[in-house]
Amino acid sequence: MEILDLARLQFALTTIFHFIFVPISIGLSFLIAIMETLYVVKKNNKYKEMAQFWGKFLLINFAVGIVTGILQEFQFGMNWSEFSRFVGDIFGAPLAIEALLAFFLESTFIGLWVFGWDKLPKKVHLLCIWLVSIGTMLSALWILAANSFMQRPVGYTINNGRAEMTDLVALLTNGQLIWEFPHTVTAAFATGSFLVAGISAWKILKRRNVDFFRTSFKLSVIVACISSIAIALFGHSQAQYLVETQPMKMAASEGLWETSSDPAPWTLFAVIDPESKENKYEVKIPYLLSFLSYSKFSGSVQGMNELQAQYEEAYGPGDYIPPVRTTFWSFRIMVGAGTLMILLGLYGAYMTLRKRWDKIKHGFYRAMTFAIFLPFIANTAGWIMTEIGRQPWTVFGLLTVDDAVSPGVSAGEIWFSLISFTSIYLILLAVLIFLFVRTARKGPDLEEQHVVSDDGFDPYAAKPERGGGQVVTP
Amino acid sequence: MSLHDLWYLLIAVLFAGFFFLEGFDFGVGMSTRLLARGNSERRVLINTIGPFWDANEVWLITAAGAMFAAFPHWYSTMFSGYYVLLTLILLGLIVRAVAFEFRGKAEGVWWTRTWDFCIFIGSLLPPLLFGMMFASMASGIPIGENMVMRANFGDWINGFSLWSGLTITGLCLLHGLTFLTLRTTGDLRERARKMACRVLPGVASMLVVLAGWSLVKTELFEDRFLLWLIAAVIGLVVAVLAGYFLYRKKEGWAFAMTGLLILVSVATLFIGLFPRVMISSLGSVYDLTVSNASSSPYTLKAMTIVACVLLPFVLGYQVWSYYVFRKRVSERDHLEY
Repeated sequence: MEILDLARLQFALTTIFHFIFVPISIGLSFLIAIMETLYVVKKNNKYKEMAQFWGKFLLINFAVGIVTGILQEFQFGMNWSEFSRFVGDIFGAPLAIEALLAFFLESTFIGLWVFGWDKLPKKVHLLCIWLVSIGTMLSALWILAANSFMQRPVGYTINNGRAEMTDLVALLTNGQLIWEFPHTVTAAFATGSFLVAGISAWKILKRRNVDFFRTSFKLSVIVACISSIAIALFGHSQAQYLVETQPMKMAASEGLWETSSDPAPWTLFAVIDPESKENKYEVKIPYLLSFLSYSKFSGSVQGMNELQAQYEEAYGPGDYIPPVRTTFWSFRIMVGAGTLMILLGLYGAYMTLRKRWDKIKHGFYRAMTFAIFLPFIANTAGWIMTEIGRQPWTVFGLLTVDDAVSPGVSAGEIWFSLISFTSIYLILLAVLIFLFVRTARKGPDLEEQHVVSDDGFDPYAAKPERGGGQVVTP
Repeated sequence: MSLHDLWYLLIAVLFAGFFFLEGFDFGVGMSTRLLARGNSERRVLINTIGPFWDANEVWLITAAGAMFAAFPHWYSTMFSGYYVLLTLILLGLIVRAVAFEFRGKAEGVWWTRTWDFCIFIGSLLPPLLFGMMFASMASGIPIGENMVMRANFGDWINGFSLWSGLTITGLCLLHGLTFLTLRTTGDLRERARKMACRVLPGVASMLVVLAGWSLVKTELFEDRFLLWLIAAVIGLVVAVLAGYFLYRKKEGWAFAMTGLLILVSVATLFIGLFPRVMISSLGSVYDLTVSNASSSPYTLKAMTIVACVLLPFVLGYQVWSYYVFRKRVSERDHLEY
């Protein structure tokens, strides 16, 4: 058991870590693509400077995202060789397509974008960043297609003890993927836009390049608002799908031992005791679970005890209940963080669209700076719920984690890689944060020679003391 | 040709592409310590590969992904079997890639030195370790029941594998130096050429020894002496030509020759292995082959269609990116890194 636990710990750590950077890459490249589009369409240099300034964050982040991603790809073979043998037919294909279709696209065009400012025509250069942005989304699509197969296997047949693909298109039309993909990508947009909005808010508070950062703030807070609402809507659809396809995960995320009454109340808070399979203390909101599960105010939801009996009948004796407390609380943390994101996004979008810059309180800017962390909390909690809630399965209904781990790898070897990767990752994270803070402090390199922009309004010309990135820490 | 043979060929092409392209990246990375004098020269070197290294690394990711999709057993056995070795390769690749990006983003002696060290070690370790891995794959490793590989350190750290690793590293350095003669100007360009001239005889003799050693040590050339002979002759001719072109300052041709040396080495390995993908030292019944390690026909067919549609685009825009950045890099230019 020790090897299995180590392998799981390593997967959890490296994946959570990798998914700090992935949503930044997806979200930020999308925002930068919008900024550069505005530059090309409006011919206003401010948007070019925005694209270049926020591009620095993208690049710092991109490198870490790539290298932690290579490890993800290798890890399936290294720690989970029996999983890779069992589903390689199906799981390997989207990974290979991801590399061919998405990784080449992002990596080539990010190089062209970074080094090509003076070498490419404006529109071709704009196309490059859009291709990077599309590449990051395509990458998400294919890796989520692979993950969706683990949540709900489709398009396969079992042959010689292995799952073999019978339908590649079914992988892409998997009902799980249809909600998981937009839910994840909008979460990534929110991650990127809260990052931009948070840093902009901090700079506005510090009164550095206020006009530049107001424009950044407005754009990002609008994207943050729209995507936060979209996350919730897609998440709601995903939850309904969950009730149908993985009712055990749903029941665990509700701490629901016995099948609920009809209509089902939603548990806001509970003290869960997995040993005695009951909740000591609960705070419930009537009707809400029925609404979450079926979009109507009636219908009961199956509990874990009933499902356990069903699964034992279907899959043989065993414990099919995932770690309940982790699943329950990660779901609530995700929803809580998401709700805060929607509220902040709505308020910010309203104030900036109404141009009430003077009415925005310092407290709101400060809150937006701290809100940088909200999407990361929600993203991580969401993935913990998705992956822990699927336990004990690696591939739902087909392969348990016990049977997925590499038989030839020793505990010592996993310790070695676990310690090395964890320490390197922690260093990378520290350096990345250091560079983010530093880049934010330094501010944009505003071109001094640009005096007149096409719309006749140039804030830097009027207030030269704001220009230039030389103003460092106050 | 059946589909699994085609996919074996494709994976060989992907590895060949990786070693050709990332080979010069590794060489340039090593040159930052061995060739560059001072910070600004070092920056020039890093910027010669600036727009490319990322996409070049994707060749490896795609090769691994293709193995996973087309030969799940090969992927599973190899990646779990070479656990420690791959961990070290990953560490090398991780520190190198972030170092490129981080190095120029802040100042300070300590800062720059740390990332310079990472670039050097991260460019040195992966080719060394890949060379060791492929040497041990060619020699045979203990793969037993259920295709599970249980290798000791001795299976991949031994005289032959170390020699192979060092040779591949030297080859990458040589390839990187000829790449630099194409991408730099003035004194730096000339010094790169001179260093390549000095490195070439050493690398060539190491290759000769490796070829001889492989003949007795590995199972690649059993009943395939002709393959060995052809590879050795081509390798020798190409090495001599590389020297000639370097001497005559025909830099493009010299680069083509060092690249060809890499391609010949990779091709010899993959032709020698075929139809096996992993050789078991416990008996040929345990060998993994293109047929017993492969995916189902459906997956192979679907993936073939996908690859045929996508590869032309991928190759097209990569070639275009090299065309866009064809101009030589010098200290007077705007250096991004």
